[in-house]
Amino acid sequence: MAELIAKTPCEGLLPLTVGGVSLTEENPGVMTVVAPFRGREAALAQAMRAAHGVAFPAPNRSAVRAGARAIWFGRGQALLVGPEPDPSLAEHAALTDQSDAWALVRIEGERVEDVLARLVPVDLRVRLFKRGHTARTLIGHMAGSVTRVGPRAFQLIVFRSMAATLVHEVRTAMEAIAARGVLEG
Amino acid sequence: MRVAGKGLLAGARPVTFSFDGVRYRGLEGDTLASALLANGVRLVGRSFKYHRPRGVLTAGSEEPNALLTIGRGAGQEPNVRATVQEIYDGLEARSQNRWPSLGFDLLSVNDLAAPFLGAGFYYKTFMWPKSFWEKVYEPLIRRSAGLGALSREANPDRYEKAFAFCDVLVIGGGPAGLMAALAAGRAGADVILADEDARMGGRALAESWEIGGRSAHLWVDDVLAELAAMENVRLMPRTCVVGAYDQGTYGALERVGQHLPRSGSARPVECFWRIVARRAVLAAGALERPVAFRNNDRPGIMMAGAVRAYLNRWGVAPGRRVAVFGNNDDAHRTARDLVAAGVHVAGLIDSRHDAPRARDFRVWRGAVVCDSAGRKGLENITIRTARGKEKLQADCLAMSGGWNPSVHLACHMNGRPVWRRDIAAFVPLPGAVPGLEAVGAANGAFSTAACLREGAEAGARAAEALGFGAAVPDLPEAEDDPCRIAPLWSVPGRGRAWLDFQNDVTVKDVKQAAAENFRSVEHMKRYTTQGMATDQGKNSNVAALAVLADATGRSIPETGTTTFRPPYSPVSIAALGAGAQGKGFAPERFSTSHAASVEHGAPMIEAGLWYRPSYFPKPGETHWRQSCDREVRMVREAVGVCDVSTLGKIDLQGPDVGAFLDFVYTNTFSTLKVGRVRYGLMLREDGFVMDDGTCARLGENRWLMTTTTAAAGEVMRHLEWVHQALRPDLDLRFVSVTEQWAQFAVAGPKARELLNGLLDAPLAQADWPFMACGAVSVLGVRGRLFRISFSGEQGYEIAVPARFGDSLFRELVARAEALGGGPYGMEALNVLRIEKGFITHAEIHGRTTAYDIGMQGMVSEKKDCIGKTLSQRAGLMDPDRERLVGLKPVGAVKQITAGAHLFNRGEAPVRVNDQGYVTSVGFSPTLGHMIGLAFLRRGPERIGEVVRLVDHLRGIDTECEVVNPVFYDPEGGRMRG
Amino acid sequence: MRIPCPICGERDRREFYYKGAAVALDRPGPDAGEAAWDAYVYLRENPAGRTRELWYHEGGCGAWLVVTRDTVSHEIFGAELAGEADV
Repeated sequence: MAELIAKTPCEGLLPLTVGGVSLTEENPGVMTVVAPFRGREAALAQAMRAAHGVAFPAPNRSAVRAGARAIWFGRGQALLVGPEPDPSLAEHAALTDQSDAWALVRIEGERVEDVLARLVPVDLRVRLFKRGHTARTLIGHMAGSVTRVGPRAFQLIVFRSMAATLVHEVRTAMEAIAARGVLEG
Repeated sequence: MRVAGKGLLAGARPVTFSFDGVRYRGLEGDTLASALLANGVRLVGRSFKYHRPRGVLTAGSEEPNALLTIGRGAGQEPNVRATVQEIYDGLEARSQNRWPSLGFDLLSVNDLAAPFLGAGFYYKTFMWPKSFWEKVYEPLIRRSAGLGALSREANPDRYEKAFAFCDVLVIGGGPAGLMAALAAGRAGADVILADEDARMGGRALAESWEIGGRSAHLWVDDVLAELAAMENVRLMPRTCVVGAYDQGTYGALERVGQHLPRSGSARPVECFWRIVARRAVLAAGALERPVAFRNNDRPGIMMAGAVRAYLNRWGVAPGRRVAVFGNNDDAHRTARDLVAAGVHVAGLIDSRHDAPRARDFRVWRGAVVCDSAGRKGLENITIRTARGKEKLQADCLAMSGGWNPSVHLACHMNGRPVWRRDIAAFVPLPGAVPGLEAVGAANGAFSTAACLREGAEAGARAAEALGFGAAVPDLPEAEDDPCRIAPLWSVPGRGRAWLDFQNDVTVKDVKQAAAENFRSVEHMKRYTTQGMATDQGKNSNVAALAVLADATGRSIPETGTTTFRPPYSPVSIAALGAGAQGKGFAPERFSTSHAASVEHGAPMIEAGLWYRPSYFPKPGETHWRQSCDREVRMVREAVGVCDVSTLGKIDLQGPDVGAFLDFVYTNTFSTLKVGRVRYGLMLREDGFVMDDGTCARLGENRWLMTTTTAAAGEVMRHLEWVHQALRPDLDLRFVSVTEQWAQFAVAGPKARELLNGLLDAPLAQADWPFMACGAVSVLGVRGRLFRISFSGEQGYEIAVPARFGDSLFRELVARAEALGGGPYGMEALNVLRIEKGFITHAEIHGRTTAYDIGMQGMVSEKKDCIGKTLSQRAGLMDPDRERLVGLKPVGAVKQITAGAHLFNRGEAPVRVNDQGYVTSVGFSPTLGHMIGLAFLRRGPERIGEVVRLVDHLRGIDTECEVVNPVFYDPEGGRMRG
Repeated sequence: MRIPCPICGERDRREFYYKGAAVALDRPGPDAGEAAWDAYVYLRENPAGRTRELWYHEGGCGAWLVVTRDTVSHEIFGAELAGEADV
């Protein structure tokens, strides 16, 4: 019997390390866009907290609890990453499976902010954009999501179909930063 | 020549470079200009119009003369300012605008013809005969225009762009800027200090004065060390802030690798920064202005401040016998510094009768320089005093007509600068750029003490306004000489006195413009080209408008300045477009079947950002038509597989989805049963068709809309608009799921047979009629199936989560091939849909209505929808409109081309007789001839008529029969079977 | 140019898509008549000064906004969600 074989969005493209900055693909498991219906925001937040331990995140914020992450994902939307969404959520929100829709990568390294400054038109200074802060913005020409996951680490999300472009854009920026490093050091 | 013991380059590494093929030695830290002057090279270029010999005029980015070409081959860069370019080992520089050589330039005959080449020459001369313009004048002008030339090859170098954010942006790293950065930085604000020079310090590096009781450059070193140690301060040398834009956005150009050999590495040559700052301090300093006198453009005649900079910073004396000419006290510093360095000062000519006297050099008071002489370089000047004229030998003349504050950035948002009579200069209008404050020389404060004070106060003020507790740092002691100046713009007399060195504009030209009634400064500028070269007239505009003011009997403030526009300094297109070459131009979207399609040899074509297979060639097929015809037959006779994942897919959920769909589609969706699909048409509010597609009802409150590939983004934006702005009362949510699902069309008489091999439960004919949809299990994976067809055959679209897309596509193709079918590409897809008369954006191109495409019946009478009202305007329902028909060839030439126009038989194929146009064409292997879709006036009434088809571009003139646009299986039996 | 998105905060203009005057919020009824529809779809003021415009935060949160700004000074006075804005 034939079998369908799964491929990840960045298969064959990553990992990649240039100048001390690394780019790796994350395998997040289930991803669901959770979008509350009219007037159901509070009920949804409660249901999410009860079922997954994370509340519906405020705009530009994300939360992590025991394997479940909730990333604010746009006007009235959160991306629930990790678990299958609990059926109780469906009463309050539209749930849309996005497990295959996005390429998720982690970028990490000493000069990660310099790399992202080439691609992201948003102020990522750590004083203002702390761990857990997230933004829907542009990554190069691509609409995407940027979340700080550590002092020197970010998670980037773009359309699955644009994975190759994401890697190309980030690699170009990483190479330029690395070349400057040699220059200044 | 270098002056022993002078300058800040002591102990620097020697560097070898070449200029016009001759090798020279300089020191690390030299600019090309300082190194050439150190080697006694005075002639560096030819002027734009008259090809006059020219030398280095300034020591900064405002340089109009010393423009060189750097490098060779594809990466060569023209018009590089020698005063900005740092030297490195192996640097190759060449002069421009000369032939055959810099020393002997044939086009210098233009200089002899100067009486005929004044302002307006081009406008007056190249008027007649008219026929000469294209063949004679334009090529001639183009050949002689411009300075450096491009290589005409693709630029191999890398450029980049980047974003930066800060609390306080300090523009300029001279004494004022350093103090501003210090004050804001100490307060804890995030500071960016940008300076266009490789070494920060501004005039503190160029003057012999002291700050805080020691050499100014030592004070600079200390401040820079303190700033560098602060985490919240970012120093950006070699970074010129070139524009001030709305809401605190500034553009800046950083020279990242221009001072280094092009290594072919990933290091960018330049980086274009977009800096967002909550406050900005403009400490850009001031630019010294020349005095216009006869032959004031000879190599060896330089700005006085530049002579001091070469002496004090680079240890270079630009001449052995230097004369100084000025109208202000600052010019006297030049003579004093030169004398102190042991350089012979031939004398100082000061136009003021009350000029200070000096012990160490002769001062001509109330005198002017009225002419210069020398072959390819200055040999002597003529001084005019009340007693008459006398000649003075000098190989360098340092001139100063005063200083113009660098007000440019403060004027980029339309603020006009303000004239200050006491310093004879324009200063920025406070508040003209919100959040920006000008300080120091840029603000007309010319003493060092004033610069330090204004900078410190503005830096503290900026930080405090942002909530940082700031204190004004202690001010070090510094000179606080008053600015004493008496305006002198041009020296009266015969001959040509230069204002704009780069564009060869003289005092006479400006006067002529005034005489010909070009009295507005903007008109004078365009008539004479004053200030229109790459230096934008930085050191000449103010003098030019002063001459214009004089010639028109107005004051300087009455005359006003021209408009200041970004960029302050030239920015290469490569930097502005950084990263956008090749793959950086736009994102590439690859569907999950991409790799398998490429393995099949399919040429991939762009469809928006997506790449889709054009056709799948088989061995032996040498022409795309062979593959396309085979693929069409394959679908009609067996089964074909095509990736349709690129179509937009939108998941809609909620109790009000039905009502929402009724409002955005022309037809009714709320009545659609669960498990069924309906075709829908969307209009724009102006009544024209926006998009079409199917919408499936997956559950009571869940629907799946599809859009065309081309309009997916536009439809999503439109749906958000309608929901958020027009119908927020409707309770629904929607999300794009285009990327979540890999979806493949499986079409042909054997489609069901193919699918039954893959699905875990075989398809029961009764459960899956035409336009059914539902969940299926595909080899153990949860998928969706839609019984829809864009080919006219029995068709399905099968969807699985994208991770399985590659695998499913390969499986589908293998099974299709086993059944005598295979994959088909865009070409076959297009022919299949034209045979069925199905439309794409070739037909719904933004100017067609539902009526035009024969779908007016789909605009429901029972409800309102977007676009309905205006779609029913009389003009849009006029039977005379061009409406959709099919075409088949009946003329001698059996050809139909997209874009061809239609005419009545016997009428001339000219615009007034136009009857319509062809939108889509293809060769139908099913019918054995070309077929086309077209829009024809009163089209549906003219079925059976023969019309003339003319394609003026491709030279085709033939006849076609107007037919029903559905060429194949008009009853749809195959699709439903 | 930077637009203060009420959800995301101040963002660069490149993240936004421009639609036009906020007039488009006030959609006439189907029977409002030709003049009303003509005004709604086609007629626009061209003010030198304060104007209300529709922008879509396409490269961000996806909100439709009404941005009030000055066409002369380029000052931006504020932005509100289209669904909450006065018509």
